[in-house]
Amino acid sequence: MKLKRVRAIAHKEFLHVLRDWRSLGIGIAIPVLMLFLFGYALTLDVDRVPLVVWDQSATPQSRTLVDAFNASRYFTMLPAVADYREVERAIASRRAEIALVIPVDFAGKVAAGRGAAVQAILDGSDSNVASFALGYAEEVVGGYSQKVTVELTRRLGLPAVSGALLKVEPRVWFNTDMESRNYIFPGLIAIVMMVIAALLTSLTFAREWEVGTMEQLIATPVTGGELILGKLIPYFAIGMFDLVLSVLVAEFVFRIPMRGELWLVFASSSIFMVGALSLGMLISIVTKSQFLASQIALVATMLPAFLLSGFVFPIANMPYPIQVFTHIITARYFVVLLRGIYLKGLGLGHLYGETLFLAAFAVLILALSHVKFKKKIV
Amino acid sequence: MPETPAIRTEKLHKRFGELSAVEELNLEIPAGELFGLVGSDGAGKSTTLRMLTGIMDPTAGEVRVLGGDMRRADEALRSKIGYMSQRFGLYPDLTVQENLRFYADIQMIPRRGRDARIDELLEFGKLTPFRDRPAGKLSGGMKQKLGLACALVHRPRVLFLDEPTNGVDPVSRRDFWRILYGLLAEGVTVFVATAYLDEAERCGRVGLMHRGRLLACDTPRNLKRMVKGGVLELATPDPRHAVRVLSGAFPGGSVVLFGEKLHLFAADPGAAESKARSVLEAEGLEVAVRPVPPTLEDLLVSLLREQP
Repeated sequence: MKLKRVRAIAHKEFLHVLRDWRSLGIGIAIPVLMLFLFGYALTLDVDRVPLVVWDQSATPQSRTLVDAFNASRYFTMLPAVADYREVERAIASRRAEIALVIPVDFAGKVAAGRGAAVQAILDGSDSNVASFALGYAEEVVGGYSQKVTVELTRRLGLPAVSGALLKVEPRVWFNTDMESRNYIFPGLIAIVMMVIAALLTSLTFAREWEVGTMEQLIATPVTGGELILGKLIPYFAIGMFDLVLSVLVAEFVFRIPMRGELWLVFASSSIFMVGALSLGMLISIVTKSQFLASQIALVATMLPAFLLSGFVFPIANMPYPIQVFTHIITARYFVVLLRGIYLKGLGLGHLYGETLFLAAFAVLILALSHVKFKKKIV
Repeated sequence: MPETPAIRTEKLHKRFGELSAVEELNLEIPAGELFGLVGSDGAGKSTTLRMLTGIMDPTAGEVRVLGGDMRRADEALRSKIGYMSQRFGLYPDLTVQENLRFYADIQMIPRRGRDARIDELLEFGKLTPFRDRPAGKLSGGMKQKLGLACALVHRPRVLFLDEPTNGVDPVSRRDFWRILYGLLAEGVTVFVATAYLDEAERCGRVGLMHRGRLLACDTPRNLKRMVKGGVLELATPDPRHAVRVLSGAFPGGSVVLFGEKLHLFAADPGAAESKARSVLEAEGLEVAVRPVPPTLEDLLVSLLREQP
């Protein structure tokens, strides 16, 4: 391994990137686009659900309930309606996600202390929003019901019961407001790193074989190790540049809290980066075709990183065989690492397992690339 | 002890599946020779060069350059050879100078002296005014000269060139050969594959290759002596018609169209001349006949005629 040759290859590869707008595009424009697109669009929070009410009761009791919905930040009240046809129209046209129907006998039953029911109609075509909306509605109705009970017992002169007998007092750690963006963004950084890293390097070896420069190159004393390392360096630099960009966007645009140590983010990213870059390179070495290599790199990195890393879709909800499979997806470990550092402020003490796995993966793929690269034409 | 030959192959074979690209190739090229491997497209020249430079493994046989086994060539051995592939193998987005510097660094040329060597090569190939031009924007001739310069940057002992003047204008071709002669004067062994027979005439020794086999290998002068009998050049007003007529009288492909003239190979030129005259005159074709010294092309044609 001669450093001078590694430097010459790295320098040459830098020139390629600087002079090829496609590489620059993949290296810088795509990550920025992904960060903003997903950062803004990919939110799992369901907020201000549009609600339409048909108050058949029209009594002080029913109005108190409607006011409770009005006061909740989870609902936006649409103008009241007066029959089922309008309810149907509002839901069908997606103006409303949920409709509340308060029956005529509501006030009477409440006053008598008998059980009263209100009807909630939901748009199940978006089951995610529907289940959130139902949860919020139950919460609001539960609060109202509690208030009514307390009042009733007082009026009847019974010993005061303060609220329900059993109650969960939630304390959410790490992401106190349960902002989904805080949870998604660190994972998003992992996805961006994975995708651009593999895409960038997937072209390098294949291009040299396709253009015909490899034949010239392998007649020289250059070694496979020097080539791999030399080609790794410029793309590693681009990856790190993207990481800095991501961290800045996280901090200043999306205000993602950073509870851990920044150097850990960079250190673990470096290790992850080497693995991802090497994977792209290995694909390039094996396929020798730019088109094939970039397609395989996309499928082999983007899809698993997106679907199987736990970045959005919880791994615990997946069928068992797929859960087992996720163990070989490096992005999975990197997502855990970044979330751990960002949201939980964890240190290496908690994250050494993931870090070790990423390091082992990087070494393995590098070694495979070295074995697979032959200075021969077959 | 005799000096180790610069290049030596023994029973070199290369098969691609069913196809034999190179068969039974035995070569011995002493240091300092300019050797030309001549053959048409698909004769196996490129495959031979790739095996000689160690970038392709032979199916069987031995290949040694400067005494070292090219199948397992180490750094030291590889740094003694220069290779220019048939396809333009340089980086089109890098400038002339960047390409040269890259190859100089890959070949571990010390910083001190590197740029002087590059200037010298640029001057040699008349490329100095184009040093900052991207290699992809050079003309065909300049591309080839740049390829040669890159292959020479480390002063190799043995230089392998695969059809280096293919598609090159005559002026650049002359520059090219001037550089090659300069290398010979420095004692460099040059192995050049070419499809041009006029270029082969400039080589010290020539190997004629056809369908993976070496048909003949000697100096151009000796090769031409191998043509059996003599060669007659026939000039007639309608050479195409004359070929058809003569082919009947002289079977076995001994009549060949050479440009606007015909070449007739004959064991007995005197008898052949009178026979040709009578056949052509019977057709009402005038003909001028003169014996000509055989060219390498005549040899190639006559050798191919003997092939099954």
